[in-house]
Amino acid sequence: MSKRRTERLLSIVVLLLSTRRYLTAEEIRRAVIGYPDQDEAFKRMFERDKDELRELGIPLEMRPVSPLDDEQGYRIPRQDYELPEIHLTADEAAVLGIAARVWRSAELSGAAAGAVLKLKAAGLAPDREGQGDDGAGQVPGIEPRLTTQEPAFGPLWEAVRDRRPVAFSYRAAGRTDATRRTVEPWGVVNRRGHWYVAGHDRGRDDTRVFKMSRIDGPVKMAGPTGSVTVPAGADVSELVKDWGAMSAGPRRQAQLRVRAGAGHGLRRAGAQVAPDPGHPGWDQVTVEFSGEKWYADYVASFGADVVVVGPPDLRESVIARLKGVLS
Amino acid sequence: MTGAARMVTSAERLRRLLALVPYVASRKAVSLAETAATFGMTERELIDDLNLAWCVELKDPDPYCPIDLSYEGGEIVISQAESIERPLRLAADEASALLVALRTLQGVGGGAVGGAGGTSGKRENGTGDAGEPPSPVESVILKLENAAAGVAVNRSQVAVVPPADEHGWAQLLRTALAEGRRVHLRHYVQGRDEVTERDVDPMRLLVAEGRTYLEGWCRRAEGVRLFRLDRVLDLSILDVAAEVPDDAEPVDVDAGLFRPSPDDIVVVLEVSAAARWVAEYYLPESVAEVDGGWLRVTLRTPDTGMVRRLALRLGDDVRVVSPAALVTEVREAATAALALYDLHE
Repeated sequence: MSKRRTERLLSIVVLLLSTRRYLTAEEIRRAVIGYPDQDEAFKRMFERDKDELRELGIPLEMRPVSPLDDEQGYRIPRQDYELPEIHLTADEAAVLGIAARVWRSAELSGAAAGAVLKLKAAGLAPDREGQGDDGAGQVPGIEPRLTTQEPAFGPLWEAVRDRRPVAFSYRAAGRTDATRRTVEPWGVVNRRGHWYVAGHDRGRDDTRVFKMSRIDGPVKMAGPTGSVTVPAGADVSELVKDWGAMSAGPRRQAQLRVRAGAGHGLRRAGAQVAPDPGHPGWDQVTVEFSGEKWYADYVASFGADVVVVGPPDLRESVIARLKGVLS
Repeated sequence: MTGAARMVTSAERLRRLLALVPYVASRKAVSLAETAATFGMTERELIDDLNLAWCVELKDPDPYCPIDLSYEGGEIVISQAESIERPLRLAADEASALLVALRTLQGVGGGAVGGAGGTSGKRENGTGDAGEPPSPVESVILKLENAAAGVAVNRSQVAVVPPADEHGWAQLLRTALAEGRRVHLRHYVQGRDEVTERDVDPMRLLVAEGRTYLEGWCRRAEGVRLFRLDRVLDLSILDVAAEVPDDAEPVDVDAGLFRPSPDDIVVVLEVSAAARWVAEYYLPESVAEVDGGWLRVTLRTPDTGMVRRLALRLGDDVRVVSPAALVTEVREAATAALALYDLHE
């Protein structure tokens, strides 16, 4: 059954690509094998076939066959159908092989693979990466992977692609209650493995960045395709980087006493280390930090391998963390 | 790819046929085996597709068969492909998915990937000097942007921020890979707060979950290991050729970088609203809401030291529920640490 359908759809594509004039539904019915004799059944089937062709991205053009008649005719303009001329070198083909494996989301990896197949169908030479699964291992290099675990990613990708506003519930950091947001999304950004969406928050009337993992429940489209205007010069990557940097604050110095041979994490990143003459078996370590809260958390994680000598606020914070564990 | 049992809808099959016909037509002759591999199908499925295309018949005004082909002796030849001899243009998602992937590859320094197998000694980071020809990644991006003009997402609609390479380790490792040389590295193991030194024969660089990893054959462990570059303390290229054993199995990145092992310990924690990030960060087995905005998180770990550190940093924003030994371990660690403050007061 499905095979018949594929045959019929393929016949329609061939027919409408080769015709110069617009063909009526009746003419298509006469030329293509597999349509029923009954008129109502034909109409329904033809409607479904047209939808399916459009979903595949086939540019099906429709126009009245004559100015005196409102009967519609159909055609597929070849210049809109065909992939433009594109020639790839063997090196470029190898790169495509790596690129096709970047997405780990089923939908986008399928889309990327579909694109590669079309490019290969355009007459690309057989290439090295086509020789099997271990092809990439033979090309020394770097292989990025992108995951899309956040359920909000799919609808937000579509909203950004189609320039449509969206509505969703959002739970800000450290909050248990979610608030309803309507956003004109400018772009989605992956930073440190997490996806964000940046855009204009209509309720706040301001630019906002949202971490997708904090979106609660479904993302709904809140307006038609093309109704979002991205301001010229908006740089979503920069917005997301700034959003991450907000928590940092100015750089300060901390004096720590770290057990010799331990606390390696604290000795990294330009720390000055010297044996502590007053405490055998301990080192004096001077480090720079920014963000007192974050750094106190980090120091506390080293437990009995570190003592904060100063500054006092950092020392008090670490003591409070440790007392919190026992409370 | 799975075999013949896979269900293919008529739309997917049509999409495949509209690529298959031009794929064969643009090559004088191509083998069944190679074509089946390219399209991720069995030879049986491929022959079914070829028969289907060959059977297409238009009956009006005069009956004719628009596609003519043969596949005798395992070689496919398409002598007539009519109006579908060129592939269909790229759909928006196809062009976008592939372009975002390529731009990501470019962003992480993949500019040198593929060029003469990476052995030309090129060390540019993908930007290139004005006089240099563009790398394969750059040139393929340009070609694709032209071919998909108007339908693909642009760089500001979907962006991937590459991990920082503060100390230049990634750059250095690309050189080691290109030259096929062994490296020596000092590496910080956060879970055990330990520094180790090893000789590693590099296999490839991976960028996953926003971090760069070196995958290589570790001479000390005699196995394939991953090293997070932001935890490398020192790295140098040795004057020794890398020797990766033939049977070294690359990590199956697509199954997840770190898979729980049956030997892992199951840990149950409860975290406050302020520490909900734990549930996002540690890929727990399960997460459940409990009273007052707290979350109950169940995770598996090979090493309870990691969880002890986590519990110490979270203070009263975490309650370790089980195992009992870990509850004791955390309390003892906090008590010992506080005792030091009394000593040094």
